[in-house]
Amino acid sequence: MIENVLLAIQDLATLQTLLLMTVGAMAGLIAGAIPGFTIAMAVVLTLPFTFGMEASQGIATMIGVYVGGLSGGLMSGILIGIPGTPSSVATTFDGFPMARKGDPGFALGLGVWSSFFGGIIATVLLIAVAPQLAKIGLEFQPWDYFALIFFALTVTASLSGENMIKGLISGALGLVVACVGEDDINGVKRFDLGNDYLGEGFAFLPVLIGLFAFSRLMADVRVTATARKALSDMQAVRVRIEHKRALKTIFADWVNLIRSSFIGVFTGVLPAAGSSISNILAYDQAKKSSKEPEKFGTGHPGGIVAPEAANNATAGGALITMMALGIPGDVITAVMLGALLIHDVIPSPAFIAEQPRIAYAIFIAFFFANFLVLGLQAGALRGFVLITKVKMYVLASIILVYCGIGVFSLNNITNDMWTLAIFGIVGYGMRTLGFPLAPMILGVVLGPIAERWLSRSLALSTDPTEFLTHPWSLFFLTVSVFSIGFSWYQRDRGKKAWAFWYGPLFLIAVTVPLFMMSGWVRPFLGAALLLFGLYSLTRVPRAIRQL
Amino acid sequence: MGTLSRDTVVSILLLLFCGFLIWAGTQIRDPQFGELSPAAWPKAVTYVLTAFCLLYFLQSVRAGQTNAPEADPDRQPGLIGWVRYYFNPIACFVLYFLFLLTLPFFGTLVGGILLVFALLSLLGGIGPKQIVLHLVLAVVSVGAMWSLFTFGLRVLLPRGELFQSF
Repeated sequence: MIENVLLAIQDLATLQTLLLMTVGAMAGLIAGAIPGFTIAMAVVLTLPFTFGMEASQGIATMIGVYVGGLSGGLMSGILIGIPGTPSSVATTFDGFPMARKGDPGFALGLGVWSSFFGGIIATVLLIAVAPQLAKIGLEFQPWDYFALIFFALTVTASLSGENMIKGLISGALGLVVACVGEDDINGVKRFDLGNDYLGEGFAFLPVLIGLFAFSRLMADVRVTATARKALSDMQAVRVRIEHKRALKTIFADWVNLIRSSFIGVFTGVLPAAGSSISNILAYDQAKKSSKEPEKFGTGHPGGIVAPEAANNATAGGALITMMALGIPGDVITAVMLGALLIHDVIPSPAFIAEQPRIAYAIFIAFFFANFLVLGLQAGALRGFVLITKVKMYVLASIILVYCGIGVFSLNNITNDMWTLAIFGIVGYGMRTLGFPLAPMILGVVLGPIAERWLSRSLALSTDPTEFLTHPWSLFFLTVSVFSIGFSWYQRDRGKKAWAFWYGPLFLIAVTVPLFMMSGWVRPFLGAALLLFGLYSLTRVPRAIRQL
Repeated sequence: MGTLSRDTVVSILLLLFCGFLIWAGTQIRDPQFGELSPAAWPKAVTYVLTAFCLLYFLQSVRAGQTNAPEADPDRQPGLIGWVRYYFNPIACFVLYFLFLLTLPFFGTLVGGILLVFALLSLLGGIGPKQIVLHLVLAVVSVGAMWSLFTFGLRVLLPRGELFQSF
């Protein structure tokens, strides 16, 4: 292990890599601070620069942008009351009131240091959990893998918004897009209509940049008056971040910090549940467990510590899933997965064992990025004030051309630029019609992987019941079935009788695959869940009567 | 009979697209080897998509206009109203496609400058001061990007016929 760590440090400790990470972190900080600019977009736009880099160097740069973006959102949230990214929505609840009360330096200090500690806690968990989870992943057989991908897609669709059916359609559309062109197994062209362009298939990254970045820019410039406005009407601010005071407060509130970081990591591990959810969950928990919940929303320090620790920790969780199982937890890790695939590195449970140099480079880059972002905050604050004076249409026009050039540099073919534009239209149409894009992106990434595992499982046995007799496969299929009903459960929870049965039945259902697993830990866990599920089941009729 | 909701129209279009995909699935060649035919996965995915689209259709018909999103007061009815409402994105897409069509002639540098200038003028307005500003912005930004990719990242960007003769 030490040898791998040293080799990874050797890869990263070059002037060029450090410089790239610094530029990436700075760019992430500023992009994250700009309202309307998401972290995913910043990472997507970084992608073309990483094509020519070594795998570890490219990923390190993207991690710099990712961590920077997560921390950057707090600046605009605290100073202008508009969260820079959805990850910082909850930060504005107390950050902005505190800044308005004349304490912006303290609010920023709390945000900056909570982000830092959240990131560090997540790094520790990443290093500790990812290899262990990968060991579990090594038990997976083709059926289990296919079921895992099925689970990732269903959970992404079910968590994607109010209208789950649109999320499911979006995910299925992504799978269809991934089918176009030559299939990996037999080399047969599919959905090509005799057209060479379609026969080649769509490269993943132009599709992703088109769906996500291109369509987003179009949405930003639809209204001319808004497009001609500066990104914010913020005037020059002279804020000094109060580090000492913030650190004292955070250490006094360490339970909140650690709890929020764990919430962040756990949310990040779940496919599709990213930092936009974790910051609100952590804020809610901090408020519920506070001795002075009534002060939340008026500038309470705990209301800044919780969301900022959680959103940075989410990155660690998403990286755990990507590195241990080869499944992207969100759009950002989907982009990183795409970047690794370009370098012929295929994340899977064997990734840490087979590519330890890159795996440890990711650990170290994530750890280092948190320090880098901490040091760059003051400079980024000035950069943020400057960039908010730029008008949206200027930024959008330049980025649009940049997207085209960046996409071309992937394979040096203009077809990719056409793909970008076509999926820009598709993405814009979907945004306008209320279809979430994340399931489609994951569908495009996971579709070929799912097909490959399905093919391998059928090569071993054509019996479809294999999916039900392998414990992990059954586990993921069971969770998938319940995840499909999750959005209806959320809607009807506490209102309709059926929703009371959902939780206990879920607990009982997942015990079946747990009992099928070898060893004693998992069956023991299954027994505990079964007992709890049965106990909850007995309470359901009384709860229904109280409706 | 009332008018169809937007969701119903979208679901019908999606169902038509599914019909097309089902037909396209039948055109996939089967090499007759391997357990999983090359057409099996696309067909399965298409059927799943069709099932979801049917559900979406039924859901939208049942909801009727009740669940329809609130109409934007800025948006006028009819095709002209629609075009006006989405004028900026439509114009941007048209300009981008023009850029792609003329790329073999202008190349990335000149084509990119023209595109950025056109986009800036379209979205930011046209006036003597703005034209100069937009031109400077276009030349500087695309020039910097072009230099970065050409010299920094060693990408051979399309040069264009315009420059071939020089």
